[in-house]
Amino acid sequence: MIQVEHLTKLYGSKTAIADVSFSLEKGEVLAFLGPNGAGKTTTMRILTASLPATSGSAKIAGYDCFDQPKEVKRLIGYLPEIPPLYTEMTVTEYLTFVGRIKGIEPERLPVALDQVLERMSLSEVRGRLIANLSRGFKQRVGLAQALIHDPPILILDEPTVGLDPKQIIEIRQLIRDLAGARTIILSTHILPEATAVAKRVVIINDGRIVAEDTQEQLSARLRRSEKVSLTLKRSTPDVRERLLALPGVLSVRQEGHTFLVETELGRDLREDLGRVAVQNDWGLLELKLVAMTLEDVFLRLTQHEEGMETQP
Amino acid sequence: MSPVGAIVRKELRSYFVSPVAYVVASVFLLLTGLLSFLAIATASNRSMQLLRVQGSLPELNLNEFVFRPVFYNMAVILLLVVPILTMRLFAEEKKLKTMELLVTSPVTITDIVVGKFVAALTVFAGMLALSAVAPVALAPFAEFRWPPILTAYLGILLMGGLFLSAGLLGSSLTENQIIAVILSFGALLLFWLFGWAGQVFAGTALGKVLSYLSPLDHFDQLVKGLVATKDLVYFVAGIVFTLFLTHRVIESQRWR
Ligand SMILES: Nc1ncnc2c1ncn2[C@@H]1O[C@H](COP(=O)(O)OP(=O)(O)OP(=O)(O)O)[C@@H](O)[C@H]1O
Ligand SMILES: [Mg+2]
Repeated sequence: MIQVEHLTKLYGSKTAIADVSFSLEKGEVLAFLGPNGAGKTTTMRILTASLPATSGSAKIAGYDCFDQPKEVKRLIGYLPEIPPLYTEMTVTEYLTFVGRIKGIEPERLPVALDQVLERMSLSEVRGRLIANLSRGFKQRVGLAQALIHDPPILILDEPTVGLDPKQIIEIRQLIRDLAGARTIILSTHILPEATAVAKRVVIINDGRIVAEDTQEQLSARLRRSEKVSLTLKRSTPDVRERLLALPGVLSVRQEGHTFLVETELGRDLREDLGRVAVQNDWGLLELKLVAMTLEDVFLRLTQHEEGMETQP
Repeated sequence: MSPVGAIVRKELRSYFVSPVAYVVASVFLLLTGLLSFLAIATASNRSMQLLRVQGSLPELNLNEFVFRPVFYNMAVILLLVVPILTMRLFAEEKKLKTMELLVTSPVTITDIVVGKFVAALTVFAGMLALSAVAPVALAPFAEFRWPPILTAYLGILLMGGLFLSAGLLGSSLTENQIIAVILSFGALLLFWLFGWAGQVFAGTALGKVLSYLSPLDHFDQLVKGLVATKDLVYFVAGIVFTLFLTHRVIESQRWR
């Protein structure tokens, strides 16, 4: 459904993406994971046929994104990073306009409008000005805009950015519901989000694909260990040795009064660690599991996978 | 609905929702109204003087002494208000990132440019139609010839169209509406002054070119009631060329 081959884009002399290749079958959901400035938006804009690539090719359902933009645009629903909303319009007025420029027949438009309002749970705010909607509702209007012409392909650029946790869960659920018949690409810089909604994850950093895998294999590769952070009030010089003596502890790193304890995968040692701290009267202040950050992911991928698919 | 139609409707809607169009139209109508009044007052003063000197009431040529100055002054007002009518058209779409919606939809940049131009021209034509109240109201009480008034209105419409296309170009160059106004106003004033410069260099090739480029002479012909193909071609070609430039600007911004 989507084929991207050796895509490169330069902004002036600055390389935004270099030699990006991946492909997607019909019905697949792919997450594009990368930190700020990685090139996610650039890749997505090329796929929407609104930004020409410097070299390489991108094809959507066999249509070339550069040579056949009109066909490509008909097949795609795109939610940009900042939802493109005319805030002085009501939800209905806005979606009607979008429906018209997406080429929906006038007879079909009311039906399409009702369907998308229903699907995005926007029916009760349909007459409200977009300017007065909450951030979460605005994001839904943005999604509705991408969906109104019922496109087989959805491209969503950081669809949950700036939302509160409840809204994030709702939007993720909406995206999962939309999968199935549709082919979806979404971008994010949050690892759990990528694994929560997508079966496949492409990790991109500094314009290059660092890793591409299914969600299960990626998490397996990444989660060889878990980390616990332990903050103590009175750290004695023997803390390190005593922690390392615990079964299941792989390494201990000290940063001031905080100890980062790396443990074997699947063993939650928080209870043991807490007990040791209390028994020794170290003055336990904090004890928590540390989630793997995107930096950890990149470090890990580039350190352990050298020579596999890390370097181009 | 055609893509152009959809864009025209959307733009017309925003004109009627925002206060800008109403303020511009009110100022334009107020000033043209005042101008018409002043022109009539001046003309009647003059005929009073003639009455005193000659002892008989002369036939006053309304076309020449009332309408023509009004049209010239109207043109000056347009120079000032048209860029305000167009400043929003692209600048705001870029600022709010809604341009992204348009360029990822199956509409062409030509559709977008033409749609926005047609909408602005429609609002402008509406404004002109309202200003036509003056001659219509005068008609039962005074004698004047309609044809030069109609050709003058054609001239105002064409020149307004040219100004609107320049305003659209200014708006396409920036996402700041104030800068859009300044750019458009500067460009219009420059072409306006070409007319003057043309007189300074009269007789030379440069003078001819400058006078040709300025809309003033072409407009003048139409106000005098003379409809010549070359003047119509000037305006239509000018509008098409400026819209083409706007298209190129928007197209080139896609690459960055
Ligand atoms: N119009 C532009 N002109 C010049 N450089 C640009 C432009 N747009 C993006 N870049 C640069 O290209 C690189 C990739 O940007 P891109 O927006 O694709 O990243 P991203 O992964 O979407 O980042 P973010 O998470 O911040 O949205 C960045 O270094 C960015 O600074
Ligand atoms: Mg981005």
